[in-house]
Amino acid sequence: MSGEATKAISGDVLWGGGRSPFSISYGKMMMWFFLVSDALTFSGLLIAYGFVRHAYTGAWPIGEEVFRAFPGLHGDYPLLYVALMTAILIFSSVTMVLAVEAGHRMDKRGVIKWLFFTVAGGLLFVGSQAWEWSHFIHGSGGYITSPDGAKYWVHNETHDTHDPAHAPGFHLVKAVPGHYLIGEEGAHHIEGEAAMTLWNDRLEYIDGANMTRNEYGPPQYANFFFFITGFHGFHVFSGVVINFIVLLMVMKGVFHRRGHYEMVEKAGLYWHFVDLVWVFVFTFFYLV
Amino acid sequence: MERDDIIEYSLDAHHSEEEGRKIRRTIWMVTLFLAVVTAVEVALGAFWKEWFPGAWHLVKWTFIVLTLVKATYIVMTFMHLGDERRNIRALILLPYALFLLYLVFIAIWESNYVNRAWEMFL
Repeated sequence: MSGEATKAISGDVLWGGGRSPFSISYGKMMMWFFLVSDALTFSGLLIAYGFVRHAYTGAWPIGEEVFRAFPGLHGDYPLLYVALMTAILIFSSVTMVLAVEAGHRMDKRGVIKWLFFTVAGGLLFVGSQAWEWSHFIHGSGGYITSPDGAKYWVHNETHDTHDPAHAPGFHLVKAVPGHYLIGEEGAHHIEGEAAMTLWNDRLEYIDGANMTRNEYGPPQYANFFFFITGFHGFHVFSGVVINFIVLLMVMKGVFHRRGHYEMVEKAGLYWHFVDLVWVFVFTFFYLV
Repeated sequence: MERDDIIEYSLDAHHSEEEGRKIRRTIWMVTLFLAVVTAVEVALGAFWKEWFPGAWHLVKWTFIVLTLVKATYIVMTFMHLGDERRNIRALILLPYALFLLYLVFIAIWESNYVNRAWEMFL
């Protein structure tokens, strides 16, 4: 970037009034202030998650065990889908910064092109998150607890969770104590008569996730998942709306007549921030 | 725009075709770097048990450090904070860092205490 920000100006002049001591426009500065406060909100959420997780005395679910499904594919793909979502968001951040760069050259066609890709990437991300939520809420079969305190994973061929015991291929797998989502090493499938007896004697059957309980771990785990990714998803959604409005304004030539594309830059700051937050959510909710 | 005694900072953010090429090159280099770091993180998450058995703490700290590196590049290059004047950089980053360090410290300290209390009395 060139211009005022790179000029060597003495402190007396900078702070002497009649100009911004930061060599930055009012709108951009206010966007930065907003981002700082928004960053504090997200930090609060992630730190609250860390607090609850660290204080919890039992086993906490592990990201690579919970998130291992990929749309349209069977089998285990730990974190691959989340990594794809991360890549989508990072690339839409790149197209945004390219739109800003095009704006600095007053290249209207360039801004339209890159901003369009940014909006498309944002929509793709929100759609991916909808799938992720749906999969998280429906779960992967759930578990039952027996009167002796043991936990058994419920499986059947049709992924039926309403009446799993009467679905074809119904069987149970004993879970590792203190571990979520993992069957005992070499545990054989409990089928037929034995499985039916365990099923009928079950204390409770928990499948999928809601605000009070879930099959992955303690209730707070799902609550934090819903709140943190939900709050972030809401930011992505509003970012898409803002970018779309700016895109329409660019197409109508509003900024070209104004002589600069700073609005693209300000919307861009917000969009990069959304990407930045996701980098931290990815690390602290999914990876660590 | 209407008052000519106010400096219009947004106008002098413009740059030439040639400068643009240089800036785009930087953008793509940073993109490549971020993609590689994310790929390393995912591979580490999937295979650390085979590669570094038992080194979960080390892997975890690697994740956190790589995240901070990624965040630095996003803020400094994509959000152009690295190109702004030093005083605005400090104004944005220092109060936030100060507050956050305290919050992290107090959360770890207190959750340690709560954890021990629950272990003892539950």
